[in-house]
Amino acid sequence: MRIEIDRDLCQVHGVCESEAPDVFVVPKRAETVTVLIEQPDEALRPQVTAAAKYCPTRAIRIIEED
Amino acid sequence: MTTNEAIRVSGGEGTAGHLDELRTDPIALLERVRAECGDVGRFDLADREVVLLTGAEANEFFFRAPEELLDQAEAYPFMTPVFGEGVVFDASPERRREMLHNQALRDKFMRGHAATIAAEVEAMVARWDDEGEVDLLDWFAELTIYTSSACLIGKRFRDQLDRRFADLYHDLERGTDALAFVDPYADIESFRIRDRSREALVDLVAAIMAAREATERAEDEESDLLDVLMSIRDEDGGLRFPPAMVTGIFISMMFAGHHTTSTTASWMVIELLRNPGAFDRVAAEVDTFAAQGEEVSYQVLREMPITEAALKETLRLHPPLILLLRVAKESFTIEGVDVREGQMVGASPWVSNRIAESFADPDRFDLDRYVEPRAEDLDNPWNWIPFGAGRHRCVGAAFAMMQLKAIFAVLLRDWELELAQPPDSYRPDMSKMVIQLQQPVRVRYRRRVGRS
Repeated sequence: MRIEIDRDLCQVHGVCESEAPDVFVVPKRAETVTVLIEQPDEALRPQVTAAAKYCPTRAIRIIEED
Repeated sequence: MTTNEAIRVSGGEGTAGHLDELRTDPIALLERVRAECGDVGRFDLADREVVLLTGAEANEFFFRAPEELLDQAEAYPFMTPVFGEGVVFDASPERRREMLHNQALRDKFMRGHAATIAAEVEAMVARWDDEGEVDLLDWFAELTIYTSSACLIGKRFRDQLDRRFADLYHDLERGTDALAFVDPYADIESFRIRDRSREALVDLVAAIMAAREATERAEDEESDLLDVLMSIRDEDGGLRFPPAMVTGIFISMMFAGHHTTSTTASWMVIELLRNPGAFDRVAAEVDTFAAQGEEVSYQVLREMPITEAALKETLRLHPPLILLLRVAKESFTIEGVDVREGQMVGASPWVSNRIAESFADPDRFDLDRYVEPRAEDLDNPWNWIPFGAGRHRCVGAAFAMMQLKAIFAVLLRDWELELAQPPDSYRPDMSKMVIQLQQPVRVRYRRRVGRS
């Protein structure tokens, strides 16, 4: 899977960081989220899925790659 | 070069254009623009031309547009006398991000807010008898003064507020007549009440500040935003933020989350009670958690799909803001229509939330629109817009949903509710830009059997 962020939508609420701290970080005063791992391991799927689901602006998309 | 300007909607023949219609029947006006002109149409407020965009394509453009193209700072003249000079209605995207970081809306604070809100609801229902009647709007307007002040300013300040603050705040919201587009200080009753109420709020805040000056400072862990503001001094030791300015800051902080939440909560009760089965489905979900002995916590509130669906449907049918406005800072073309620099540009949650191509049978309350596998809000991100969308999407949306769920988790766990008026007598009051409900909005309550 690959993570895609809609930068127009991200408002840096920080929910993704709470859900998947290994993958997302929202530094203080940042303008947008930083994705630490663009193509995370399958093992991180539950956290990444929760991050996308609970993102208040739905800015995170998970793209399946084959 | 030919220009292709937006078609002007019918009506509004006098010099005030469509202003009177906006003040009396805004829904008819907004719906007619789409019906007559399509996705891009125009109405006039005196000498201001407003280009109204509706539908997914035009909305996506509206909500993705950068500040340099569509600016909202000048678009809401009716808010300046409410907040006071120098307190801006809407901050820049940069400032909004800062607010998210520095203030209480960030995810990590949400957990604490859930418990705070539940406690405020408990305190309000503690005043109820075993059965009785309330006016929903009065009740929720008071509740949301306490919840928003507790969560955004601090518990210490909240504990110094009572009903008086809520009533004055309500009068302030009533002072948002669209006549402000022509003259925000016109000599009409609602503006006079607005200005009197604002002064009275300053007096209340001044009294709270004077009392704090006279006593010892709060322990650090108890101190709130007011303590912080009062600790900032000028060279002579005077307050850097005197009462009038503090009041303006607090009014503006609480504004976006107040009337929006109180009217949504009111409509939620009404829709749950006038749509067969809806109340019982939400109450059953609340009972599931109560039966497990779960506290009303952040985690529990996130997992309430039926309650969430009912709230989303309430918001779709009764968006607290029916018209969002910007000012065009440059000329541009949208869907083949030219928009000139200086024209106002609007989007309408009311109209877009009811577009039949996106929401089948759009006037019907149907919470299953959001119950898996359906997800009509996510499927229509640019037409399901009760919170707006894009970079200006309501930064308090997550807080609002959590707050509303917390309110209903407590209310429906312990109380049965029943309409006290004919179902179709509950109507919006759209005579002001801040929409409320026509009062009375009465319901009966009764303590549920077997609950303490």
